[in-house]
Order: sequence, then C-alpha cells, then structure tokens
Amino acid sequence: MKKSINLSVNGVSRSDEVEPRMLLVHYLRDVLELTGTHVGCETSLCGACTVLLDGQAVKSCTIFAVQADGASITTVEGLATNGELHPVQEGFWERHGLQCGYCTPGMIMTATQLLDRNANPSREEICHGLEGNLCRCTGYQHIIEAVEYAANKATDLHGNRG
Amino acid sequence: MPNSYVGQRVRRTEDPRLIKGLAHYVDDISLPNTLHVAFVRSVYAHAKINSVDTSAALAAPGVVAVYTGKDVAQKVGPVPCAGALPDLKVPDHRVLATDKVYFVGHPIAAVVATDRYAARDAVDLVMVDYEDLPVVTDVEEAAAGGTVIHESFGDNIAYKLTAGEGDIDAAFAGAERTLKQRVLHKRLAPIAMEPRGVLARYFPGEEELTLWSSTQIPHLMRTQVALMIGLPENKLRVITPEVGGGFGSKLNVYAEEALLGWISMQLNKPCKWIETRRENIQATIHGRGQVGDIEVAFKNDGTLLGLRYNVWADLGAYHQLLTPAIPTLTGLMLSGAYRIPAIQINITGVFTNKMATDAYRGAGRPEATYIVERALDLVAADLGVDPAEARRKNFPGKDEFPFHTATGLDYDSGDYEAALDKAQQIAGYAELREQQKQGREEGRLIGIGVSTYVEICALGPSQAMPAGGWESATVRIEPTGKVTVLTGASPHGQGQETSFAQIVADELGVSINDVTVIHGDTGVVQYGIGTFGSRATAVGGTAVYVAVQKLKEKAEKIAAHILGAEAGRVSFESGTYSVKKAAAAGAAGQSEPVYPVGEGPAGALPEPQTEGRTSLTIAEIALAAHLAKELPPDTEPGLSATYFFEPKNFTFPFGTHIAVVEIDRETGDIKWLRYVAVDDCGKVINPMLVDGQVHGGIVQSIGQAMYEEVVYDEQGQLITGTLMDYALPRAHHVPNFELDRTETPSPVNPLGVKGVGEAGTIGATPAIVGAIVDALAPFGVKHLDMPIKPEDVWRIINNDSGSI
Repeated sequence: MKKSINLSVNGVSRSDEVEPRMLLVHYLRDVLELTGTHVGCETSLCGACTVLLDGQAVKSCTIFAVQADGASITTVEGLATNGELHPVQEGFWERHGLQCGYCTPGMIMTATQLLDRNANPSREEICHGLEGNLCRCTGYQHIIEAVEYAANKATDLHGNRG
Repeated sequence: MPNSYVGQRVRRTEDPRLIKGLAHYVDDISLPNTLHVAFVRSVYAHAKINSVDTSAALAAPGVVAVYTGKDVAQKVGPVPCAGALPDLKVPDHRVLATDKVYFVGHPIAAVVATDRYAARDAVDLVMVDYEDLPVVTDVEEAAAGGTVIHESFGDNIAYKLTAGEGDIDAAFAGAERTLKQRVLHKRLAPIAMEPRGVLARYFPGEEELTLWSSTQIPHLMRTQVALMIGLPENKLRVITPEVGGGFGSKLNVYAEEALLGWISMQLNKPCKWIETRRENIQATIHGRGQVGDIEVAFKNDGTLLGLRYNVWADLGAYHQLLTPAIPTLTGLMLSGAYRIPAIQINITGVFTNKMATDAYRGAGRPEATYIVERALDLVAADLGVDPAEARRKNFPGKDEFPFHTATGLDYDSGDYEAALDKAQQIAGYAELREQQKQGREEGRLIGIGVSTYVEICALGPSQAMPAGGWESATVRIEPTGKVTVLTGASPHGQGQETSFAQIVADELGVSINDVTVIHGDTGVVQYGIGTFGSRATAVGGTAVYVAVQKLKEKAEKIAAHILGAEAGRVSFESGTYSVKKAAAAGAAGQSEPVYPVGEGPAGALPEPQTEGRTSLTIAEIALAAHLAKELPPDTEPGLSATYFFEPKNFTFPFGTHIAVVEIDRETGDIKWLRYVAVDDCGKVINPMLVDGQVHGGIVQSIGQAMYEEVVYDEQGQLITGTLMDYALPRAHHVPNFELDRTETPSPVNPLGVKGVGEAGTIGATPAIVGAIVDALAPFGVKHLDMPIKPEDVWRIINNDSGSI
C-alpha cells in the first residue's frame, strides 16, 4: 500500500510512491541516490543523518518519508551553490573539521541551521548547538573552529554584523 | 631542494568529496539486484540451541534464503586468531553458532532478502529454541571456576603469562616503601561512526569474488577470508572504500565478512550487510576489560624500585584476531617514562560470556600508561611530593637513549623532561598550584592531574608481529607526468592521502595536486599490512619515501643519458634534472621545452623534445621512460619504484598532559578549567593532522575517564546497547585544548617520524583521573575507578555510600 509523496529536495521537485514505513533517510539514499546523508545509529542519537526540513535540522533516520510530503528538504549535496562551497563546508575544510568524514554531512547541516539562527555564536553556543551530533574522530575542537570560521566568513560577506 | 609541503598545515586532499557528500562508504555503493542480509543474534548470554526453525522466515515475502550454523559449519572455516601465545586455548569459533551460544549478539542465522526491510522482518520469524545455561560475566569469578564456558577446556582460563626483567622479589623485599592498588579498566565500545558493513559480489564465470568491506586491513582480510571460504586468494579482491573510523574495531576479520562472501557465491548475486548500531555494540569487538592489582616498590626519596601488575583480562567468549595479545602489550609498556629496575606482569586471560575484547585505540598500552601513572600519583601522595616532581625524579636522561626497560624494550629516543617542562610552563603550573591552594581555602575543589607518557608505535618489526610488520609502497610517474602512489597502509580518516602526497611532492618537486595516493584495494595495491598501531606514517610513509628515492635514482640515470652527461654530473632541483654547470658549458642553451608535457594534441601523448636540452623535468623523463626510445642500455622501461620497508625497531613517542578540573560541590559535576598537552611524535609532516589526532585521542580518553562503560548485567544482558545508554562525549563535554609539541626525531626511520594516532588515548586518561582525584584529595580520596561520574563524586562529597 504505497503512498504518494511530493516534495522538493535540493530545489528539485520529486514525486514518488513509497511504503508508509520507509524512513526519510532511506528515501533520500536508496530512492534519490543522495548517499551523502549517513545512518549512524537509527535512533536519533548520533546526528549523522541530519538534513534540513523546511529549514529545520531534523534526524532523517527517525522520520518517515511520508511525513516529509509537501516539505522542502536540503541535504549536504544541495548546500554548495553553483559549485561554490557553502561557508560551513569551507570552514570544515580550512579548519580540519573532519577526519573519517562519516559524521560530517550531519555536522555540516546542523551547523548551517545553527548559523542561520545565530550568525555570531559564542563557543558555548556552538557546542550547545552541536550537542545532537556525535563525532568520534576530531574531539570537536576543529569542528567548533570550523563553525567559527564559517560565522566569520558570513559576517565578512554580508557586512560587519558583529 | 626547497621543502614546500612537509611540515606545513596543508589542507586535506580527501576533504572535498567528504564535505560535499559525494564520498562512497560501503553502504553508498549500489549494485543491481543486490540482496540484503540481516542476522538472527542470540538474546541469551549462554544457552544450548535445541533447534532453529527457519520455515516461517523462508515463507516471508522477499526472503531468498536463510542459513543457520549447521548449514555453514562444514563450508566456512573458523574466525581466525593471530595471537600466538604458549599454551593458548583457542575455541572453535564458527561464523554462525551451531549447538550453543556464548554471548548476547552471537550470530545464529543469516537471513537473505530482496530488500533490507524484508530481511529485518524475517529475522523475527526465525524461531530459535534455547535452553539457557548458567552465565559467567565477572572475570575473577570466571577464572575461579564454576561455570565453564568452553567445556572441553575444563576451565575458563585461556592462558597465563608472566613477563618482565629484573629481580622483582628482591625489589619488594628491599624497598623502604611499597603500595598496592586495585584498578579497573572497564570495557569500552570503539563506536566508529560508520558501523561495519560488507558488500560481496561473485562472478561465477570468472570465479572472482569482490568484497567491499569497512576494514583497516584489506590485504590481511583477503588472505584470511580466502582461507575461510576456500577461494584461491588471487580470486578474491578486497576493496575498502571510504571507511568511517575504525579505532581498532576494524582491525579484525569478522564472521560476517567471510559469510557475506560465501553467501554471494551460493546465490550468484551481490549481497550487502550493514551493521546496525545495536549490533555494533553487541558484536563488534570491545576494548580494555582488565581487572588488576598494582604493586609498587620505592625508596623514601621517591626512586622507583619495582612494579608488579597482576591482571585478569576479560577476553570474552571467543578470540577475535588479536584478543589474547592485547594484555601482553600492557606488559610491554609498564615501564612508562621511567627507570624501573624490576617489572613483572602476571596475566590471566579469561573467557567470559561476553563479546570478545581486542584492539581499541591504544590496545593494551593505555592500560599500561594508566597503571604506571596511577602508581606515580600514589607514590607522590604517599610521600607528600608534587606528582610532577615524583615523575621527574625517575625519568631517564635524554642522553641515555636507546634506553632499555625492564619490559625488554629499547626506547629509540626521548627527552621526557623537556616535554614536562614545556607543559608546566604553558599551564603555569606553579601558579595553578597556588590557585588550587587558595581555592581550597575558599571551599573550591580544583584538581590538577599530570601524566608523562611513553607509547610504542610504528608496529612494528616483523619479528614482533603475527603476520608481518613491514609496509609497502609503489611510486609511479605516469606518461602524462601525474604521480601515483600506492600504499599498503589503509587510512580511514587519518589523512595520509594528503601527508603521503606532501612527502612525494616535495621529493619530486611537483605540485601536490599532481599526486594521487591510492590505498585499500587489493586488486590495485601490492600486498600491505594496513593501518593500526600508529604505524601508517612511520612505516608506510617511510616505504613511500624510500620508493621515491629509488625512483629518483632511475630518473637520474635516464636524465644523464638523454642530456648526454656522465652519471653523477646531473643535479636535481625543483623537479628538474640539469647538467651540472661545468659540464653544461659547451652545450647549446635550449633548456625550455617546446611545449609542456600535457598540452599536446588531444588524444595523443606529446613527443618529448629532448634535442640539445640541458635540463629535463621529471615529467619529461617519465614520458621518455614510458616511450622507451632514449633509455640507457639495460634499463627497464617505465618510471616506477616499489619498496617494502621493514622497521628495525618500534618508535616511542612521548609527552606530558596536564588536566585541570573543578568540581561542583552541589552536583558533583566535573568542569574543565584547562587542558594542556605537549606531545612529541618526532618529525611532523602536517601539524594540522597531528593536532586532529591528538584532539580526537584525548576526547576518547575523556570518554573513558568520565562517561563510557560497556555494562553487562549478571545474566550477561548488554544494558548499554544503544547510544542512549553508552555515553559518548559530545561537543559541550570537551575543554578548549592547548596543544604544543617538542620534536625528538626517531632514528628508526629516515623521516624521523614516530606516530601519533594513539597518543591521546594513552596519555590523557591518567591526567584526567589524576585531576579529579586531586580535586577530591581534601576528602581523603587517593584513587577512583573510571568512568568517574558526577554521582560518584557527589557521594564522596556528601559521604554517602548508599545505593539508589
């Protein structure tokens, strides 16, 4: 008993018939072949599967694809514009914010929401904002610096807000 | 030659694909008509299997096959153990349980279906009739007798081993002071963010099997899996695509890896299994798991005389690849950074009804460092001296290297006092102690912990390793001038695609963008050992470095031949071979190529323009070597060199970590004030990568010291089976690290590098525990076992020994 869903993923309209129990992350990965979104725990605890759903960071491993009907989704593949890295992506590269890279797409999406809400976060605010995402490699310090880099870069781009 | 990359903070070449979400981990690879495998796993820690009824599962929609232990027992060989110890008891470790299960998560049957949902549904339809048996989870209880796990052995003791040098009994008999302390190293789960996963594809016509596996050891795995499933090794190709962290947990050969290959061969279709996180905590190896007693003998002035460690190692129900060997590494490193004339370790390796323990980042060495550092703290407290000074008193001097320890090692190089001095200076140690004193008067609980560690890296000389300790490299310059590096190391986050390219680009005088490092594909890369034991740069990087030197020797001969110069009259600088000035005087001055290599007509290689030249780029020489029209006599065409580097010794990085914490009297919460780490890993190729390794290692130590613990209850049920219950450090749990380095080159390899992958997990736990214990010293606390939780701290402050 498949259900019909219509949604926008990285700016592209999609219409598909999916099983009601299909998880959003499996829809993105297996149906749309957007494998940048990873599964790390299946229980919302690690954040590797984080995507933006109508601008909000959500854990796509615990949302059904049918719940995203009508929504606008952004995955890590949709973050760069015209081949230009998003400032958060650039920050992760410049500041060595990743090692194995598995948590990275989720971290980047969470950090993107964090900066959308707070353009000049303190270190404490960054740490708080990243609480829902686990990284086992970096010890977080370079991730925090990557987010700071992105915040500074965005500030430079849009005039001095701080 | 100008050194433009080595030593610099070069951004990683592997990052663009990873930050764009375009990299491929095992589960990101899709093959047409792939079948999905899910495992039925034991819900009991110890039980007899009366029967396994697969009929309902086989009738479920989408299910293609179900295999039980009986189906495969005669088809797939046992899971290998490479730990060769005298009189070691090795249980018959079948890939699926046959008549008994020995731990929660023990695989019993494999369900194969057309999609992953159908496979998981059908797992619940396999009916296993268990008859539960008495369970033993406590390591000392298991060692004492009672319930025997593997009946044919008669007891649960897998091995006993005593090691060490010096007269330990005399050391204790003649000591002015002695101390004893029991210490626990709880089981930890490595938790690589990418769980394990395997994709297998068999081509029946070619009789070739390809396994994509999330492993740290593609070549060793190929050899072992080929033996397990009876396939010629050269018909098996193992590919490690992107690997999402390992930390030792993927330094193994697992039942699932062989089974997936075998199933694909039965069904002639691609088969995929992706481990769930629950499976990962149940059935991927655990780390640590030791219960031990430290005894230390010393003089009134703090001079160490002897150290004894009696340890019960919780091996779990079966041996995985290195299970029994891990506690022996603890024995090797018990001398720490100190002169200790007599050392003895007495190991009892014990079977329990749990998952196997094996190598988790540090692998036996964090235990050793923790033991000797806790011993130093206890000695300092006993004598009323500063813990830093207790350590300083027992350091060997920097001119005493190579330094022989009573554990039988020869430390390569070191200057332990310099690292301690630097860390104390950065931390402002004297002022910190003053602040602590003042704080105590005000009722504040500030603690300072010091750890001066030594680790053993660059594993290792083959004599000391079960299956070779060398590493391989091929460096090849393609006809178009692009440089390809093949390494037998298998990086999975450490960044050697970048750091090896830095080495090669500098040596060849080319852009780092022209160098590609290929690893983790047994169909492409010559045999290699893999990435573990902080070995990739010290052993694999050295292989790369020497291979480049061999390649340059050949290039120089070709250059001299083409340039018409005598051998030895050609110089190499910035990627160009030139006739040395005196010899070039008479030659025509046409030194610029007509057009650079790579800009010829589309689809055609450029013609080398060598006539009348006095210099040639290495890319031009590569093209000439490939076209083979102008080679010196008896010279093989092509420009490629391969080297297998066998290290003569381990390397011994070291450092000092200082942790400063403050405890909240109301809640028992432990807050970070400072964390200073001065590490010495020899020469540094890329400081940014080194910092990243140190950060990550320290945070895994913070996890061990304050949060993490795999808990089984008395029935052997795993009660920390999700990331809700198994607590990993998150961003708000970590301090702002203050890192620095000293640099003492290793004489063991020409790069002078030592290794840094495990420094953080080895050096940090004693500093953190030391700081917490120090903060609680006003309450008479001398030792606490990890993980130290706010609840434990609150109870101490409130003198509350009750249970909830």
